[in-house]
This record gives sequence, structure tokens and C-alpha cells, in this order.
Amino acid sequence: MSALQTVSALIYLISAVCYVLGVHMMRSPKTARHGNGLSAIGMFLAVITIIVTIIVEGTIDSVGWIVLILGLALGILYGMVKARKVPMTDVPQLVSLFNAVGGGAAAVIGIFDYLLKGDGATLSLAFSLPVFLDVVIGGITFSGSLIATGKLSGKVPGKPITFPGARLLNIIVVVAILVSAWFMMASPTNVWYVILALVMSLIFGLLMTLPIGGADMPVVVSLLNAFTGLAVAFAGFVINNQVLIIAGALVGAAGTILTLQMADAMNRSVANILAGGFGTGDSDANSTADAVPVDVKETSADDIGLQLAYAHNVMIVPGYGLAAAQAQHEVAELAKVLTDKGINVDYAIHPVAGRMPGHMNVLLADVNVPYEQMKQLDDANPMFENTDVSLVIGANDVTNPLARESGNEISGMPILDVDKSKSVVVIKRSMSTGYAGIQNPLFSMDNTQMFFSDAKKGLQDIVAATKQYLE
Amino acid sequence: MSEELFTNLAIFVLSLLVGFEVMSKIPATLQTPMMSGANAIHGVVVVGAFVIAAEANSWPFYILAFLGAFFSAVNVAGGYTVTDRMLGMFDRKPAAKQGEADRK
Repeated sequence: MSALQTVSALIYLISAVCYVLGVHMMRSPKTARHGNGLSAIGMFLAVITIIVTIIVEGTIDSVGWIVLILGLALGILYGMVKARKVPMTDVPQLVSLFNAVGGGAAAVIGIFDYLLKGDGATLSLAFSLPVFLDVVIGGITFSGSLIATGKLSGKVPGKPITFPGARLLNIIVVVAILVSAWFMMASPTNVWYVILALVMSLIFGLLMTLPIGGADMPVVVSLLNAFTGLAVAFAGFVINNQVLIIAGALVGAAGTILTLQMADAMNRSVANILAGGFGTGDSDANSTADAVPVDVKETSADDIGLQLAYAHNVMIVPGYGLAAAQAQHEVAELAKVLTDKGINVDYAIHPVAGRMPGHMNVLLADVNVPYEQMKQLDDANPMFENTDVSLVIGANDVTNPLARESGNEISGMPILDVDKSKSVVVIKRSMSTGYAGIQNPLFSMDNTQMFFSDAKKGLQDIVAATKQYLE
Repeated sequence: MSEELFTNLAIFVLSLLVGFEVMSKIPATLQTPMMSGANAIHGVVVVGAFVIAAEANSWPFYILAFLGAFFSAVNVAGGYTVTDRMLGMFDRKPAAKQGEADRK
């Protein structure tokens, strides 16, 4: 090892330590921001090191500098503008977009090195196998994450997209990927096999994500994030750079754990989600709900205002519908009107409320909801007995008492015990079911009233009514 | 198996284990920022973009180097910025610390 190699290897090691400690610090809200900062310092160190390395080695030509600087400048500009402008409701799709480009970059590096070194030379398995994994995993994440971004932002229909022969096409694509792998290792001189592997993995990414419903997308985004981590790690094998291997493996493991935790909170297995064809992402209007008349009590904004004004403890239960209607400002305003008059207001947040685990917390933090008012499932559930009014906004499956019984889709799923509060008000657009597709008996209980409205509009009316009774 | 490959493989496996260990038991509150933060970290692929740009010597390679640099720069710059924005929202509550102690 030359002096430069030794020093740069040591700095890469420091930057890897920054990533690990940074991620570790993100476990608590107190240190999370510093953790992210530490991780960014690690990134900065890695970039400085590689800049010094390529300058000292001097193999880069002037055109190389130009394409590099141009690419970096445009990328930084685009990424920063996107990240600064994004409304907090759209964060999940942005994360997915950034994930796509990460996978794309990893695939590009694999293709580059294969084309450069594969030209007429005999390649070892130790080289061509990581290249293959890098290109294929990178390609799958690139197209898969773009579809996920589209589904989350509504540009691609959120409902599962399936077509006849999809299974057969899947098999053909997988076989083509394996065949290209074989030829990439056996005859590295032919560039067409790596191109075949890339195209097939891009198609596989599409086929994998299209049949999955919008509500399951967060789990898919997390899984693809893990994939990108692995693609980056394999890119590290290809260019023999350990900081890529360490950081990639770290993200791969992190993404895997997040995926499993999320699937758990939704009471689904990852295999089940990937099989697709289930879940619509939003209320399913033509489900059995309309066929079965349910005995429910309807209420008005005025009546809800009255109930809230005379309550001591109010629990707000925000759900997917709130995030979809972007009604977080209205909900925060209502809470403020109540707390100003001395009424206790808390938020009961299910782990998968919103569009991603923890996304609801981000949305509420964005509108200045105090952190101490946000109660997680385990803290919220004992509080319902002393709650006068539970205000359920666009949440369905996460409040369904059927989860406590056996023999249905959501059996065993952790839920918020809304039904234990003295009175329940549900704001919902219609009687349609949630993404699990089953009825919620909570809606027809004696102490439950339904208020059929869009979350945003309904909350505005309730705020107006409540003010009237509090003054 | 070459020595180089073996070393890299050992690093890979150990890093996976460290990742599993560090990431277990994350509060649900922080899962979205955490995912975004992890997303920013795999932007380290930008190092690879520098490596290939230094080796590029003809147009197809320059185009690939440009793509690699662009993609990875979006990932790094965007990833860290949006994660910081999200975490800043949790940060700005001075009462956050007390809130945790108060629960239950």
C-alpha cells in the first residue's frame, strides 16, 4: 500500500464509523438531527478523500473532469431543490425517487467497469459475479422505485395493476436474467449480455412493483431501499472500495429491518405483500361495504363541536385519510382551539398511520404539534378509558376491534382501542372499507357517531362549530 | 478465492451484522426520517462515480460517468437535505425531552 492508499483507507474507515454512529443516533428524537449531521460529515470525508485520490493518481482527463463536475453540479442542484420544496405529505415519494437514482448510479458503475475491463480480457468470477449482482439489483431498484414514486404521487394508478400472462412474463424475464448472468461470466467479451441483464432487470422492477397496491408501497419502498444498499455494496466489490461495501451493507441491513417491522405493524408478511394484487391504497368504493347496510348514527359538525367543547380529554386518531386530504393544519388548529380552553388533547398514532411508518409524526410535527401530545400505540391505549371524545379522522383498519378476534384478515394486528373511550366520532367520506377490505364494527357501536365528510372540509366545519361553543 | 475478495466479503458480512444490530428497536416515530437517512447513506455510491469518471476515456464511458455522477449527487444532496428538514421539525420543540419523561 502506498502512503496515499493507507491514508485514504483510514479516512474511509472514519467515514464508515460516522455512518454507523450517525444511524445509531437517529434512534432518539433528541439526537437524531445530530446523527444525520454526523453521517453527512462521513459522506463529506469520503468525497474529499476520493477527490484527492483521483487528483494524485492523475488518470482523469479534462473531459472526465467536465462530465464529473457537470453531473455533480446538476445532481446537487436538482436534489437540493426537490428536497427543500417538497411538502411533508410528499416525502415518501421523494425518498423513493432518491432511492431510484441511488440504484441507478450503482448499476451504471457496474456496467462501466464491466465494459472497461471486459473488453477482450478473461474475467475472474470474483469480478463478474459482483458486477452481475450490482447491475441486476441496481436495475430492479431503479425502475421499481420509479414506479413506487409514481404510485405514491398518483401519477401511476395506486390500485394493483395485473394483466393476463404476467406470471409467464415474470418467469421469462427471470430466466433471461439468469442466462445473461451465465454468459457474463462465461464470455466477458460480449457487451450484449450485460445490456440484456440491465434491460431485463429494469423490466423485472416494473413487473414487481406494478401489481402491488398503493397502501403497501411504503413497505416496498423500504425493501427497495435495502436492495439499493446491496447494489451499492456490490459496486464496492467491483471497484474494490470498502467504504461502499460498509455503507451499502449497513443500509441493506437497515432497510431489511425496517421492511420487516413495517410489514409486522400492518399484520402482513413481506412475501404476501410482494405477491401483490391486494390493497388499493385508498378506500375501495365498490367493496362489499355498500351491499351490507350498517346501522350507524350520523352526526353533524355542530353536534361534534358541542361534544368537544364539553369534553375534558380528547384523543385525536389521525389516519391515512387525514394524510391523503392534507388536513394536518386543520387538525392542529382544532387542537389549539381546545387546548387554549384547558381541554386536554392528545394524538394516538398507530405505527403505520399516514403513508409510511412515522410519517404521521412528521406531518404533525410540521404543523407544530408538540411532541409530547403525540402518543404511540402502547402509550395511547391505556388513555382511552379516560377519553371523553375520540376523534377518528380517516383511520379505518387501525381502529377495527375485529383485530382482537381470530379468523379475519387483520386478526392479531395491533390496533388503537378507540372503542374503549366514552364517545367516538369518526370522520370519513363514506362507509367504504379500509385497505384490508373488511367492515369495521366500531362504526355501528352505540357510542360511535359518523360524520361523512372529506377530512379537510369536515375539520374546518368542526373548528367553526367548536369556537362558537367555547366563546 | 483471492485475498482481496475474501477481505471484502468479510467486511460485507460484518457490516450487515452491525447494520442489523444498530437498526433494531427503532421507534416508529422516527422510521420515516430513518429510512430517508439510510437512503442518503447509500449515496456514498458517489465515490464510485468519481472512480469511473477518472477512468473514462471515450464517449460511451463519459456518458456513463456523467449519469453516475448525476444520479449519485441527487441521492446524496437530496437525501441529507430532506432528512435534515424532517428531523428539524422534531428538534425545534424544546419540550421534547420532557415530553418523553411525562408519558404514562
